[in-house]
Amino acid sequence: MWKIVVLFFSLSAFAGPFEDFGSKEGLVKVVDDTMINLLADSRTKPFFEKADQTRIKEKLVEQFCAELGGPCTYTGQPMNRAHKGHDINSAHFYALVESLQKAMDKNKIPQRAQNKLLAKLAPMHKDIINK
Amino acid sequence: MFLLLLPLIALCLPAYSLDTSGKLLLTGGVSSIEGSAGGGLTPWALIGGYGTRDQVGANAYYTNIEISEYSLESYGALVGLYDRVELSAARQTLDTQNVGTKLGLGKGFKIKQDILGVKVKILGDAVLEQASWLPQIAVGAQHKWNHEGNLVRALGARNDTGIDYYISATKIFLGQSLLTNATVRRTNSNQMGLLGFGGDANQKHKLYLEASLAYLLHRDLALGTEYRSKPDNLKVAEEEDWYDIFIAWAPTKNISLTLAYAMLGQVAIQDNQSAVYTSLQLGF
Repeated sequence: MWKIVVLFFSLSAFAGPFEDFGSKEGLVKVVDDTMINLLADSRTKPFFEKADQTRIKEKLVEQFCAELGGPCTYTGQPMNRAHKGHDINSAHFYALVESLQKAMDKNKIPQRAQNKLLAKLAPMHKDIINK
Repeated sequence: MFLLLLPLIALCLPAYSLDTSGKLLLTGGVSSIEGSAGGGLTPWALIGGYGTRDQVGANAYYTNIEISEYSLESYGALVGLYDRVELSAARQTLDTQNVGTKLGLGKGFKIKQDILGVKVKILGDAVLEQASWLPQIAVGAQHKWNHEGNLVRALGARNDTGIDYYISATKIFLGQSLLTNATVRRTNSNQMGLLGFGGDANQKHKLYLEASLAYLLHRDLALGTEYRSKPDNLKVAEEEDWYDIFIAWAPTKNISLTLAYAMLGQVAIQDNQSAVYTSLQLGF
């Protein structure tokens, strides 16, 4: 019995953040829920309601997967080009983070894995806010 | 009192669709014992309130600290301007309870102190700059006025007013769910100023280190510990460094609750003072 317990803890210790998200299928769910939240939030709705949501979700999954060390390559536009001229301020940026956090909570992503993803995304503010 | 009401009035404003409260939960810190945003015992480089670089934030707090032989109450308010400047006002009231009798002041004699604070963010961003080792850095000042000038001079203090200057560096290691802060304070205050400024053993301003470490259990919940080194200027009343462990919970951006257990060492003539710290903050 104790061997199973030890095995369980060693496996969970070695599971990377990509696995904590439930691999690519898990990320698809998180990104789907994030988009639902973004459209429900008056601060972010104007940026997404008329956009190609399917494509954005697909690229976000690729990007999150790659940032978490998963077997994906981000094929979307560079972040600065994707956000240029959209007049995105800090509050919009944080509102997106909150939509993502709610979606990660809903999908029971462990807090540490959530913060690992956010730590990878945060530096992108340079290419997004006030560009 | 009016200052306290401001954030409460402003609390109702977001309902009228003003653009406020853009920052993420708990990233404005909580109100420290001297009114500046930070942990419980020490200011951080974070600007208080939830205003982003395009917004204004504000909050009011009430803190009660039940110390072994005393009680200390602190309340106040702060305004955060464009995530750059923080202005704060606080009043501290130390109830000497039975120690008041021993000191010949009368049971429950109260020592009051007012503090006006200003803090300016110099560089960095503790939340966003995750790819850089550079912390968020802010400088600040706390101007303190003790109401009991004659008493604190009788205890050996040189002055009933003083100004603390500090520099704080806050870094959030988001990938590790950790927040760290280091503050260096230039002060000659005795027990934050409640026992005056400077003293018969030392009257000079010196540099003191304060440090905080917090684990972000969830985005609305932080668990941490703090240390604050302190001057020891008075011959009659030894002063020791402070330590605490705290938990801060912010169910929404409008309310936070902080609980702490603090070890305050000797306070005035009483040894080994421990304290239970409870703080409520309302704001946006």
